[in-house]
Amino acid sequence: MIEWLGVPVAGAAHAGDVDQVMALVHWLMLVLLVGWGVFFVYALVRFRRTAHPVASYDGLRGRWSAWLEGGVLLAEVVLLAFFSIPVWSARVDAFPSERESVVVRVVAEQFAWNVHYPGSDGRFGRTDLVLVGPANPLGLDRTDPAAQDDVTTINQLHLPVNRPAIVYLSSKDMVHSFTLPQMRIKQDAIPGLIQPVWFTPTEPGEWEIACSQLCGLAHYRMRGFYTIHTQDEYEAWLVEEAAAQAGP
Amino acid sequence: MFLKYLASTDHKVIGLLYGFTSLLFLLVGFVLVLVIRWQLAYPGDPVPLIGGWLGEANAPGGIVLPEFYNQLGAMHGTIMVFLGVVPLAVGAFGNYLVPLQIGAPDMAFPRLNLASYWCYVAGGAVMLASFFVPGGAANNGWTSYAPLSDLAPGAGQTMWLAGMLFIICSSLLGALNVITTIVQLRAPGMTWFRLPFFVWAQFITAFLLLLAFPALQAAAILQGMDRLAGTSFFLPSGLAVSGQRLEVAGGGNALLWQHLFWFLGHPEVYVLILPAMGIVAEVVANNTRKPLWGYRVMVYSLFVLGVLSFVVWAHHMFLTGMGTAVSAFFQTTTMIISIPSVVILSSLMLSLHGGSIRFTTPMLFALAFLPMFGIGGLTGLPLGLATTDIALHDTNYVVGHFHYLVAPGTIFALFAGIYHWFPRVTGRMLNDWLGRIHFAGSLVCMNVIFLPMFVQGLAGVNRRLWDGGAEYVHAQEVLYLNVPMSMAAFALAVFQLFFIANLFLSLRGGPAAEPNPWRATTLEWRTGGEPVRVYRDPYAYSVPGAPSDFVPQYQAEPQRAGA
Repeated sequence: MIEWLGVPVAGAAHAGDVDQVMALVHWLMLVLLVGWGVFFVYALVRFRRTAHPVASYDGLRGRWSAWLEGGVLLAEVVLLAFFSIPVWSARVDAFPSERESVVVRVVAEQFAWNVHYPGSDGRFGRTDLVLVGPANPLGLDRTDPAAQDDVTTINQLHLPVNRPAIVYLSSKDMVHSFTLPQMRIKQDAIPGLIQPVWFTPTEPGEWEIACSQLCGLAHYRMRGFYTIHTQDEYEAWLVEEAAAQAGP
Repeated sequence: MFLKYLASTDHKVIGLLYGFTSLLFLLVGFVLVLVIRWQLAYPGDPVPLIGGWLGEANAPGGIVLPEFYNQLGAMHGTIMVFLGVVPLAVGAFGNYLVPLQIGAPDMAFPRLNLASYWCYVAGGAVMLASFFVPGGAANNGWTSYAPLSDLAPGAGQTMWLAGMLFIICSSLLGALNVITTIVQLRAPGMTWFRLPFFVWAQFITAFLLLLAFPALQAAAILQGMDRLAGTSFFLPSGLAVSGQRLEVAGGGNALLWQHLFWFLGHPEVYVLILPAMGIVAEVVANNTRKPLWGYRVMVYSLFVLGVLSFVVWAHHMFLTGMGTAVSAFFQTTTMIISIPSVVILSSLMLSLHGGSIRFTTPMLFALAFLPMFGIGGLTGLPLGLATTDIALHDTNYVVGHFHYLVAPGTIFALFAGIYHWFPRVTGRMLNDWLGRIHFAGSLVCMNVIFLPMFVQGLAGVNRRLWDGGAEYVHAQEVLYLNVPMSMAAFALAVFQLFFIANLFLSLRGGPAAEPNPWRATTLEWRTGGEPVRVYRDPYAYSVPGAPSDFVPQYQAEPQRAGA
């Protein structure tokens, strides 16, 4: 089923779980649609006026409808209890420890994704709204000791493969929605809130970050890029960026 | 002479005013989406034919600007939902038919009824006028999410809020009127379970309007205050827009708007659907020549739908940062609410069994409603499960889903109602062949428009994109679908000309209709002005032993065949 649905390639550890629910629910939809459709066509042909000139006052006998409704309810309970709720729970409750994860901040704004890495000390430098400007969209205070080794990028998210990534998502202005189609990740970035989202990339590759929530006139091109590296490549990239961004 | 009708308190006249006005708004909303569909198929190409009329500020040289595209999207949704479909389903059909079907002389509050209509017209006028102010109409989606809407420059968004206040007032007045009329003014003998299903649907719909709209009324006033009085109900502290720190009071909450909006927004979905189900039920019973299958269970299902529709709203907000408990609650209520919908839909399907089906033009539309509404309902399942919503949220899958419910769903039901009751209103029949062309063309075109949206959505193509997704690599493989979809939209417009022509030609030149041309049982087809008394259930079709295949509700004793 999932091949027929034409979903993007699955590049994260939990993507299979999402795709499985997607396939199951579409099977349920297909069975119901075909079942209804067959009955519908049968009824239209069998009970057209010329074939059945006198209608039956009582109509269909039996408890067909109750069986159908019971069946739909049962299928939905199974989908909920054994698939959708557990998968969702793993997404929002079972966060990996920060120690073994790559932790980044992503701050959305019209119409870009600002990415903030804590650097080798593992601590994010202080940010302040007063410092926000064209050259410093995050308002990072470079005088803060914790900020010395921080790495910031615009519209470029780099992560290593097979290691959990935790993204602390926020927005400077409007509601945006941080979407990594291949990671099966989508999370609204809501001003005033910090939303954590996590995933474990399993496929190296280069893809695009999309914005899924209407955020203004250039919403359609609020596009970023993300790269899933091997661990070595990722570390090399981080070192190179840190060196380039370190103050003189 | 003409003015007399504009100030009439007769429910039939007000119903027709509602009908005419809402059909005009449906046309306006449709024209807006034709421009959208052109832009999606041919991003950045000048719009043909009407491109020059769109205004230099909106579409220089006929090329739709992103700002204008967002206006089109927001206003298409607003106009279709609040000024087109609901006023047609509730204001027109409800006003005209509810008093007739329950044997009431008029609505309970005729002057309130007229006030409701003029509030609606005022709201519509403000919405239309907003296209012509500097900066144009509201362009923040029909959902007007804050802070985008709060901070939007120009007067468009403020006018949207003002227009909504008028429209909500209109709906509240109308809902009060419908409820009071049905409770108080039923004819003698018209017990609750002798009410036609259509009346039940209008009754529950009126409660939804009455209880859900005040939330948006309050929200619209708060957003208006944010825009005009410098408050910050929906603006948190610490915002920076375009690299500039925003000087606002702060302390507000952007999510609050979404909760208030969807607290209205989800019951509103059932406001769009229940009257449509009511119309389809009437047309199906009449054209199968048998009672509805499971009438009582269908009525109970309406109640369940009505109550549950107030506790599912946050399934529009799964991705705003919901924990397990809250998401489990809203997923569960969403799955439960699908059951009464399945009950009503399968009851209508099973009603066909054993019937003697007449394929009249209204019946064709009512029959097509069933599988089309089915597709719309089924595609709601993966959106109602939070897990699959991760992939599908805000993609074209959502757009396909709700358009199947509302376009070949509700609007088909409304067409069925127009073809069915046109002879009651005008004394003339609509042309059958024009009607059948209208039906077949609309059915094919709508499916060509909306089915590919599921394919695009599954591939991850987002909605509300000025270029239809051309910016993104993952959209490239399904981008080509935009061209046939748009072609079908333009063809759909051509097929609506058959409907419009049919309406106007038949009004004067259609064949005269008998008093009860469909041989229906319900009270609206009764002739003669004497007080009515109701003797039986609404759908006494093909009663064994009765001399004809229908016994009207107002007929005292069925003549026994042998007597």
